[in-house]
Amino acid sequence: MAANPMTQFEVYRIGPEIKIGAFDISFTNASLFMVVSSIAIMIIFNLGSKKNSLLPTKLQLLAELSYTFVSKMISDTAGSKARPYFAFIFSLFMFVLFCNMFGMIPYTFTVTSHIIVTFMLAAFIFIGVTIIGFIKHGFGYLKLFVPSGVPTVLLPLIVIIEIISYLSRPISLSVRLFANMMAGHTMMKVFGGFVISLGVVGGWLPLSFSVALTGLEILVAFLQAYVFAILTCIYLNDALNLHH
Amino acid sequence: MIKKVTYQSFFFYFFIKKVFAAESGGMPQLNPEFWVSQIFWLTITFGILYIILSKLILPKISANLESRKLQISDNIEAADKQRKESEAKSKEYEEIIYKGKSDAKNIFNEAREKALKDINAKKEVLDKQIDEEIKKAESEINQLRKDAPAKINKIAIETASEITKKLIGAEINNSSISAIVDDLSKRNGDKYYGN
Repeated sequence: MAANPMTQFEVYRIGPEIKIGAFDISFTNASLFMVVSSIAIMIIFNLGSKKNSLLPTKLQLLAELSYTFVSKMISDTAGSKARPYFAFIFSLFMFVLFCNMFGMIPYTFTVTSHIIVTFMLAAFIFIGVTIIGFIKHGFGYLKLFVPSGVPTVLLPLIVIIEIISYLSRPISLSVRLFANMMAGHTMMKVFGGFVISLGVVGGWLPLSFSVALTGLEILVAFLQAYVFAILTCIYLNDALNLHH
Repeated sequence: MIKKVTYQSFFFYFFIKKVFAAESGGMPQLNPEFWVSQIFWLTITFGILYIILSKLILPKISANLESRKLQISDNIEAADKQRKESEAKSKEYEEIIYKGKSDAKNIFNEAREKALKDINAKKEVLDKQIDEEIKKAESEINQLRKDAPAKINKIAIETASEITKKLIGAEINNSSISAIVDDLSKRNGDKYYGN
């Protein structure tokens, strides 16, 4: 079974083909895991918030710890002004985290290993943050591109660099998550393939690698969700509190 | 730093793409066949997730946390109040004890003073009485001492007359005897009443 390590990323239709106009919006395995992740989040957090006991149950503790974790992350990076966006960042963090984690289960599909998904999230964040910035500061938001304390000679160059860096935010944000997930899963698949091809005699080394990689990938799954959320907070912070 | 990570990601992306392109004919991620479907389902699922979390679940968690915080702070407050109350009570108790002690001391002192006074008064009265008695006795003794010679003389006269009567059977005039007794007593008075 010399499986191609990229086949795990293939999207296929589940059920009938659904079309709206020229667009194919069929339910796919990617859609399935988006739905599964969302429902898992809803179930866990619903059960975790149902009963309010002074001594929290395990699920309640999980829900409350997640809540305070994200809450602290937002207030640390973006301050109290970011309070209204808490629900969005919480949903974003949980969605990415659960999609990443579900991807770690064998034979599942990793939603976040698709550039289009991560790019849509990143583009939405980018556009939203830009709109918030312009609403809060008007055209003063453009001062973001003009750092203070820069010699006038260098200013045109700096402004251009700043604009490029700003515009590349959605790309860096989406590619970081997508590349990490894809690379990790591909590596695991490759090492898994080595275990099969080397057999009982030589398969132990790649197997131990595979085990270590699984641990690493679980860490990466959490870390990338965290990075995604915290970068969103940092971008939001730029829009809410203009520092430059 | 972000830029560096971006470039690294890009390099990694192209590396992976090149490595597997020969084998598989490209990455499934870059096949746009299901892009619209993925965008559509992402919007739907994430939208529903966001609405349910923000409207239903997160407010509940927040309320739970808030109520727990409130309950804990209430309990702490109540404990604080009770502590203060007990402190006040113990202070009161100490005051009562202190007051009781000082009262007892006062009462003791008063009683002692009173007793001393009584004793002194009684002692004075008794002293006076004793003095009086002594004076009376002394005066009586003096009286007796003063009277003694006369009485003795009288006894002597009477005894002498009796004795003479018995001895010689003659009545002797008392006055003559008394003259002799007087004479004798004057002579020997110092011997008998040597004062």
